[in-house]
Parts: sequence; C-alpha cells; structure tokens
Amino acid sequence: MKEKEENESERSSRRNFLKKVGVGVGAVSIAGVAGTSVFAGNKSKSGEKIKLLSPDGTLVEVDKDDIKPVKEILNELKEEARAGLPNRKFCMVIDLARCKNARKCVEACQEGHLLPKDHEWMRLYLLQDDNHTAKYWFPRPCFHCDKPMCVSVCPVGATYKRPDGIVLIDNQRCIGCKFCMTGCPYSARVFNWKDPEVKVPEGHVYDPETNIPAVEGTVGKCIFCADNLRKNELPRCVTACPMGVIYFGDILEDTVTNGIETERFSKLMLDRAGYRYREELGTLPSVYYLPPTQRMFPVESGLEDSDESIKGRYKNAGPR
Amino acid sequence: MEADKKLIRDLTPEIEKTSIKWYITFFIFFAFFAIGIYGLILQIDKGHIVTGMRDNVVWGFYIVNFIFFMGLSYSGALISGVLHLFHTGWRKPVIRMAELITIISLIIGPFFIFFCIGRLDRLYFLFIHPRIQSPITWDVIAICTDLFGCFIYLYLSFIEDFAILRDYTELNVPPWKKKLYKTLSLGFTGTEKQRKILSNARMIMAAMIIAIAIIVYSVLAWIFGVTLQPGWHSTIFGPYFVIAAVFSGTGLLIILMWIFRKIYHLEEYITKRHFVNVGVLLTIIAAFYGYFTFSDYLTKWYGSIKMDSILIDKLFTDYYSLFIFANYIGILLPCIIIAFPKFRTIPSITVAAVIAVTALWVNRYIIVIPTLETPFLPIQDTRPDWINYSPTWIEWSLTLAGVSVFAMLFMLVSKIAPIISISEMQEKDKIEILK
Repeated sequence: MKEKEENESERSSRRNFLKKVGVGVGAVSIAGVAGTSVFAGNKSKSGEKIKLLSPDGTLVEVDKDDIKPVKEILNELKEEARAGLPNRKFCMVIDLARCKNARKCVEACQEGHLLPKDHEWMRLYLLQDDNHTAKYWFPRPCFHCDKPMCVSVCPVGATYKRPDGIVLIDNQRCIGCKFCMTGCPYSARVFNWKDPEVKVPEGHVYDPETNIPAVEGTVGKCIFCADNLRKNELPRCVTACPMGVIYFGDILEDTVTNGIETERFSKLMLDRAGYRYREELGTLPSVYYLPPTQRMFPVESGLEDSDESIKGRYKNAGPR
Repeated sequence: MEADKKLIRDLTPEIEKTSIKWYITFFIFFAFFAIGIYGLILQIDKGHIVTGMRDNVVWGFYIVNFIFFMGLSYSGALISGVLHLFHTGWRKPVIRMAELITIISLIIGPFFIFFCIGRLDRLYFLFIHPRIQSPITWDVIAICTDLFGCFIYLYLSFIEDFAILRDYTELNVPPWKKKLYKTLSLGFTGTEKQRKILSNARMIMAAMIIAIAIIVYSVLAWIFGVTLQPGWHSTIFGPYFVIAAVFSGTGLLIILMWIFRKIYHLEEYITKRHFVNVGVLLTIIAAFYGYFTFSDYLTKWYGSIKMDSILIDKLFTDYYSLFIFANYIGILLPCIIIAFPKFRTIPSITVAAVIAVTALWVNRYIIVIPTLETPFLPIQDTRPDWINYSPTWIEWSLTLAGVSVFAMLFMLVSKIAPIISISEMQEKDKIEILK
C-alpha cells in the first residue's frame, strides 16, 4: 500500500508538472522527470541539457531526449486517464439516514469542477416510494456502473469504463449525440447546451480526469473526482459534506471512509442492509445506499435553510 | 429507341420549359429553406440552448423528424420493390414516384440527426472512431448501405427513360441536358441482351432494398429499444417501426399521386383505380400497424410495471388529445374511409392519407417525448423548460425546411427526368395491344 501511494504521488506530481509546463513552453515541453519509467524511463539519455522557462518564471534544465511536443503529452495524459489507477475498484456508500439536503456536496462539486451554476453533477432528490412509506433525501452522483449503458451506446468511444471502476468522458472526443443521456436510467448526465463561460486557470491542460474546461455541445457528469483520486485525496463531495453522508473507498480493500470515520465496506453493508438503487435494471452501480433508518434529522429539516428556488423543486415531491 | 410522342410530352411536362408557376412555387419553398438555414446558423452559433431540448428531453423534433423521414423512404421499398417482384401491373405509373420518395427522404432524414448533434464539427468521428457496440454505428452502416442501394435501384429504373429522351430528336432542351441524357443512358439501345441484363439487375435490387429497408428501420427502432427507458424498452419496437414506416410511406405516395395528377394533368395515367389500390394497401397496413400499437400499449398498461404505468398516465393526461389523434383517429379513420366502397373517391382517399401521415408523425412524437419526460428519478426542477419539452421556432423552421427541401428536390428531378416512367408505360401499352 505504502509503495503504491508513493508511486501514485510521484506520478501525480509529474502530471501536475506536465500540466504546468506543458502549455507554457509552447511547441515543446518536458516529460519523464526523475526517471520514472512509465513513458520515458528506459530511453537512453543524451546527457545534453537544455534550459527552459516554465510558466511561473522558473528556469528548468532538462535532458534533450525528454523534450516532446505538447500534442504527445496530451495524448499521454489521455492514455493515463483511460488506463485508470492500478489495482483499484472504487465504490461509494451514501448513508440516507444522515442526509438533510445541506447541498454542500453540490456546491463543492460545482466549484471544484468549474461547473456553471445550472449544472449539477451531484443532484439531490426528495423521494418517496409509496403513500405509506416515508420521504427521504437522496443524493445522486454518477453511479459508475459496472455494466454502464452510456458506455455501451456511445458511438465514438468518448465515454469509457476504466478498470478501476470509474466511467469518464473525453469531451474532446464527444460528438454530442446525447445517446448516453437517453441510455442512462439515472439522469446522471448533463449537456452543455451553451458555452459554459467558465474561467479556466491559466496553463490548464485538458484531461478527462478533471474534465475542465467543459465544452459546448458535449456531455458532462460526475467523475468520482478522478483527479483527486490520483492525488490520493477523497472526492470533493465526500469532504464537503458536514454530516458525513458520503463514504468513499475501495471495494478490493473492503474499506470506505467519509473523511471522519473509516469503515469496513462489507460490515457496513451487513449492519445497515445496504442496497443499490434499482438493482433490477442490471447496470451494477458502484454506488451503494444505506436505508434511512434511525434518521439523524427529520426529513423536513432539509427544506429549512434552503432558498425559494431550491424549495420549489420539491413542491410536488410525492409517491412514485 | 422510339417512344410514343404523346407519352413523352405528357410525362415530361417540365423538361423543355419552366413555367412561372414552377418558379414561384420553388421560390416559396426556397424561402422556407432559407429560414431554416438561418435557424441552423443561430443554433450553431449560440448552441443548442436555442432549441426546446434540455437535460431531460434531450431528443426533440429533430429525432422525431429523423425517424419520420426515414419511415417515408419505405414507400419505395414497398411499392416499387414488392410490386416489382410480384409483377403487379397497375404499379407502373406510381413506381417512379415511390422510388423518388425513397431516395429523397433518405437524403433528408439523416440531416435531422446532424441538427441534433452537439458538435457537428466532429461528425467524422463516427467514421474514424467507430464503436460497433453502439446502435448509432449500426445505423450509420445501415443508412449508408440503404442510400447506396436505393440510389442504384432508382438509377436502374431511369436508364431506359434517359435513352428514350436521348433518342427523341424533337426534344427542345439545351445541349447540356442532351449530353446528360447521353451520358446517363450508358449506351442503352434496347437490345434483347441489354433488356435482360437490366431487368435482372432491377429484380435483384428490388429484393435487396426490401431487405435493407427492413434492417435500417429495425436498427432505428433499436436505438430506442435497447435502452432501459420506460416505453422504449420493448421487444416489439423493431417490427412495429417497420410497419409504421410502410404506413407513412404508402400514405405519402397517395398524397403525391394526388398533387402530381392535379398539377400536371395526369388524369389519364393515374386513375381512380390507382388510388383505390394503394388505398387498400394502406388499409391493410393500417390494420397491422393498429394491431402492433394496441399490443404494445396493452402490455404496458395491463402488466403495469410502475414506470410504465406512470408513462401511460402521462399519455392519457398531458398527451391525451395527441394520443387519441395518433392512435385512434389516425388509424381507424383511414381504414373506415377506404374500407367502404361508397366513401372511396379520389379526394376522400387523399384526405385519409393526409390524416394517416400526420397521425404517424404525432405517433413518433408521443413515443419520443413523453418517455424522456418520465425518467426513473422524478424530474425535480423549477425551470419549466427542463420539465416539459416545447419546440422553439428554430426547430419548427428546420422541420419546415426539411419538408421544403423534399418538395424542392422533387421539383428539380422533374426538370430532368420523367415523373412517370415512360418506358414502363410503353411496355404496358404493348401488352395491352397484344391482348
């Protein structure tokens, strides 16, 4: 585990470095710092050093053989984003007993992924299954299904499933046919109906793991914060939630955490009778729910602090 | 090749001269087309926000028009293909029109998909990054094959006519047109051997386009059928869409027969008999189509899986009048009009066809939209356009542009080629004389 972490943090720092330097230098940039063996490692070095100025003004010296055109680096980032993290299978557990529509997860998500205000990758529903059953708050990220309908129907391979369980979208590949949106039974996908008009940080290089910037005419959705995961950090919604509703972890390690407590995934499922939303659809989601038993808050408290536009959404919430 | 002069004169009313009427009509259609293009430019410039589509209803008018136009292309496959295979005598005056409907609607249909795509500039990704798992890729392959096949089939039926026009010395047309006929007739002189080859080729293509057409429309249906959405996830959708397509294609053929008969005074060639025969065909197809519709909705309503019953509720409340029009009036009325001999007049059969075609368009609409308005997770939103779909003027204008292009292409073809096959009609005369 330790080794894995080290390897990952090294890789991620290199990624960030690549991103920083990649665009600034223009036609050429640097790859394969400190001899990591993934891409450039086995190449023999010429020993000839070249000095380059990085975007933040630092002078760096690199081996001539490590210099690659930016296009190649973009492809490498994309290949990395398609391969995913090795020996991982991510999962999420959402404890419905704790959710009170605080919407901090939504805000953190929008902020972190530079989403326009009307784009919600994480969405909060007020559900009631039947007249005689109780209402409950239902946060819905992308379910990152193991049999994802969206991936099956994509005609150009823009959306894909990684071995670590994450479903991503390459919005430089997406043609915007919206078939994935009709394919997804959970309405998890949003479309960029107009230019998103977000301020992208300078020097930012597009990578499906951040999906920044959003592109008009393409599809976006929750990406389990794949960029954070590469840095060994939790998804933004997990850390933002004041109630600790959302647990995130690795099903192979049988561990999930909400940032405060760490639990055995299997024990949580056993003790709390965890389930998946609409199991019968056969999409095999990676997101599990714990039923709202012994709630920490009455369901109405979820409407107390929210403004009118949010309250309006749930006016007609009822049995269905 | 010699042909009856009167026949040529009657069947090629637009080849030699262009009437003022033609120009005016063409201009009107062109104006609609131009408005559509303006709408399209706006849509490309501002993004799809200018349409009525939003995150729940991600497919709107464009997809409805797409399946509708693809369905119209069936008239060629059925009328010309099937009737050709079975050597049905009365088909001859209508066969050319049916083939033209096929090829023209096949050209227009895919454009509506292009309007629906968010990144038109990446359309070629469909060819350079195709994934065979996706029904859209199946569709791309199927439509390309269909276009190719139908084009060959249409062209084969034109060769003899081009040869006739080439050899008709009195034809007063500019030299480029004469040259065109000479090139397009491929040196056909009407020898026994040539006739045999041509007839065999047409036979083979007639059989092929029937098969290809069934595949194309089934694949189209599977785009909906393979998803998990309530209302779409149905095993019956393949054959249901095929029969619906034949229904609309036949209906449109009757409408065009009426229009051409009126404009070009073809009363001599297109008679009441043709209207009744195609009308009866329409009735038979309507019966099948009604049966499929009934059986699809009955199982959804009776079995009553929760999501299906929510959808059925929506259809019988918000969409009540559309549902009644599309699935009751649109099917039963044409049947009643045509089934009783005393109602069978040329205008009434045409009215029945107009009702059938419009109702079928509405039927496509209530297949696509209500399902998208009832996702598994309820739509909880305050933005009205996110909850219910209503098309904007841009979608309307592009729809009208599609219809206009249909008419314009028909008008352009009538400038170059006979609207009723001269060679076929001639053959028919010979047979009648022999008798």
